[in-house]
Amino acid sequence: MDYVFQFREVFRYWPLLAEGTVVTIAMSIGAMVLCVIFGTLGALARRSRTMILRWLVIIYIDIIRNTPFLVQLFILFFGLPSLGIRLDAMSAGVLGIVIYNTAFTTEIIRAGLQAIHKSQVESGLSIGMSRVQVFLYVVIVPALQKVYPALVSQFVLLMLGTSIVSAIGVEELTSYAHQIQTTNFRSIEVYLVVICIYMALTLMIRFSMRALGRVLFRYRHRRPGRITLPVEQL
Amino acid sequence: MLREFGMGDVYYLVASARWTFVLSLIAFVGGGLIGGLMTLARISRFAPLRWFAAGYVEVLQGTPLLMQLFLWFFMLTLLLPVELPALAVAAIALSLNASSFAIEIWRGSIEAIPKTQWESAASIGMSRLQQLRYIIAPQAIRIGIAPTVGLAVIVIKATSLTALIGFVEVTRAGQLVSGVTFQPLLTYSVVALIYLAFCWPLSILSRRLEQNLDVNRTPELSQ
Amino acid sequence: MSIVHLNSVSKNFGHIEVLKNVSMDVARGSVVSIIGRSGSGKSTLLRCVNGLEPIQGGEITVNGKKVTRDERALKALRQEVGFVFQSFNLFPHLTVERNITIGLTVVQKKARTEAKALAEQVLRQVGLIDKLNAYPDELSGGQQQRVAIARCLALSPKLMLFDEVTSALDPELKGEVLRVIADLASAGMTMILVTHEMHFARSVSHEIKFMNAGKIWESGPPEKLFGGEAETPELRQFVQHHAY
Ligand SMILES: Nc1ncnc2c1ncn2[C@@H]1O[C@H](COP(=O)(O)OP(=O)(O)O)[C@@H](O)[C@H]1O
Ligand SMILES: [Mg+2]
Repeated sequence: MDYVFQFREVFRYWPLLAEGTVVTIAMSIGAMVLCVIFGTLGALARRSRTMILRWLVIIYIDIIRNTPFLVQLFILFFGLPSLGIRLDAMSAGVLGIVIYNTAFTTEIIRAGLQAIHKSQVESGLSIGMSRVQVFLYVVIVPALQKVYPALVSQFVLLMLGTSIVSAIGVEELTSYAHQIQTTNFRSIEVYLVVICIYMALTLMIRFSMRALGRVLFRYRHRRPGRITLPVEQL
Repeated sequence: MLREFGMGDVYYLVASARWTFVLSLIAFVGGGLIGGLMTLARISRFAPLRWFAAGYVEVLQGTPLLMQLFLWFFMLTLLLPVELPALAVAAIALSLNASSFAIEIWRGSIEAIPKTQWESAASIGMSRLQQLRYIIAPQAIRIGIAPTVGLAVIVIKATSLTALIGFVEVTRAGQLVSGVTFQPLLTYSVVALIYLAFCWPLSILSRRLEQNLDVNRTPELSQ
Repeated sequence: MSIVHLNSVSKNFGHIEVLKNVSMDVARGSVVSIIGRSGSGKSTLLRCVNGLEPIQGGEITVNGKKVTRDERALKALRQEVGFVFQSFNLFPHLTVERNITIGLTVVQKKARTEAKALAEQVLRQVGLIDKLNAYPDELSGGQQQRVAIARCLALSPKLMLFDEVTSALDPELKGEVLRVIADLASAGMTMILVTHEMHFARSVSHEIKFMNAGKIWESGPPEKLFGGEAETPELRQFVQHHAY
């Protein structure tokens, strides 16, 4: 009781917090880029003519989306070494983040591809493009544009989810928060400050992604037809 | 201390899943109740209430659940005179977090109903609450039901994080078992299977509900 | 000498026979209009000529080359054959200029500057040079369709296929598109038009083909088919129904 807040005790550790923030940002951006790339490949596989490929993707998505991220991390970091696969905490963490979030980006991007009308593909083919060219020049940009808001939400969720990799010892913002509170015992203040940092990161992602969207999809003058997807955390 | 992973461990893990279930249920129901009230605030015609609800969602969805858990854990243990069980701390943090999802889902469902439905209900003399209760909600529920089932999956998965504040549910039980058997791969695979057993049926149900709805709502556009 | 040659082509979607033993020839420089009820197989016929649909029987040759499923051969074929769709199908994320140059730079590997010059040339031809930097959703339907025609023209096709290109347009916008097509016809472009604009078909075509139930039911010069000399009752009924 009679708790006296002492934020000064937290701000003393600002270099650590700054470093953690940078790690969190770097991890998030790197992982998100991979998630969009793999998600695109996954979405293509999910729509491929090969049944086995389709089923593999469906099973992957269902398993990943129906088990907790934390447990997946434990399997990657503590479980895989018994198969002779030894990953350091950072690699296991980033790998885990990418595996988990790609399940979501795959579904999001698939919805985007589905929203592109067949006539767009035919129109590309009719001027002599190959299927690969049609995908690259005609399909992918409008498809991503259609689901851009969902991708941005997923980006935020991914960034927030990175705090969980502290559980396997990755040194990012959350684990620095733990470290600081075990040395200064100002737990509440530390977590309050760090929560504010995460909130700021969330707003930054939304803001900068909106700006990026305006550059990437500058052609849209009307409000885009939004496809809302159930987004998931954790 | 070191021993083989055996059937006894599997029983222990499955038995610990009852705490995952209990916590999920509390968080889902609690989140639903808080979320229901906050949804009313979110669609209120009184702007400050709307702003408050929007800010509430923004903070809960803009920060990591893990951080929320730790903050609640320390606030409740350091600021309260009595010691709360870990289940209570977990239930509070998860309910609040779940409520933010519920608000977004239900607000979206309500906003999907055309404005004219409100207006025609008002035109026959209904109060705002009556319009919602008799005209809007029955239609919105059809849209909101599938994502609400999806929310249950989110909540169940989220309970795993409470292992990190020491609540013994199935993930924490997995940590304990893997600590004494040194068979983490096997242990966590069993843990994952237990979550899968909870979540997969719900995910399938959610998908079914969504498909049924689409068939009824949007006639195929053909060209 | 015929540039398009169909020899008893048949096409089915599952159990539905959409084209039944269709044979026809289109001479270089001629304009052929295909008319007929909705569902009679007109679009499918055009799509087969461009290799967008595989055929189950018979043979199609375009410019002396057989239409096959081979990707590379199809690419080559489609650069020689322009296809204009009912629904315009411009690429929404690209400017008018880029819509036109993308085929030139990506498919034909032309330099950007050369492509740009060509784009300007074809846009002038369809009267839309001022829309060079506009995006498709800033244009009216008629303008979009003219850009779609320009996009084909830029690839200097030997043959153009038009599938009901004015059907999706408001009446007051049809004229500007038809005028562009008429200009092309008088410049000697080989064209196959599927259309419901009977007046236009009559004035611009060298030959009319009436399709019914997956077959070319009757064909001949427009004066004959529209001039009360139609031989089959189906065509007579159809002509009566459509403004004549
Ligand atoms: N992709 C398809 N799958 C199945 N049936 C089709 C397909 N495309 C066209 N058809 C059928 O083929 C017939 C001819 O269609 P179409 O060539 O579009 O006719 P038209 O252009 O003369 O109106 C119609 O009965 C139509 O339903
Ligand atoms: Mg047609």
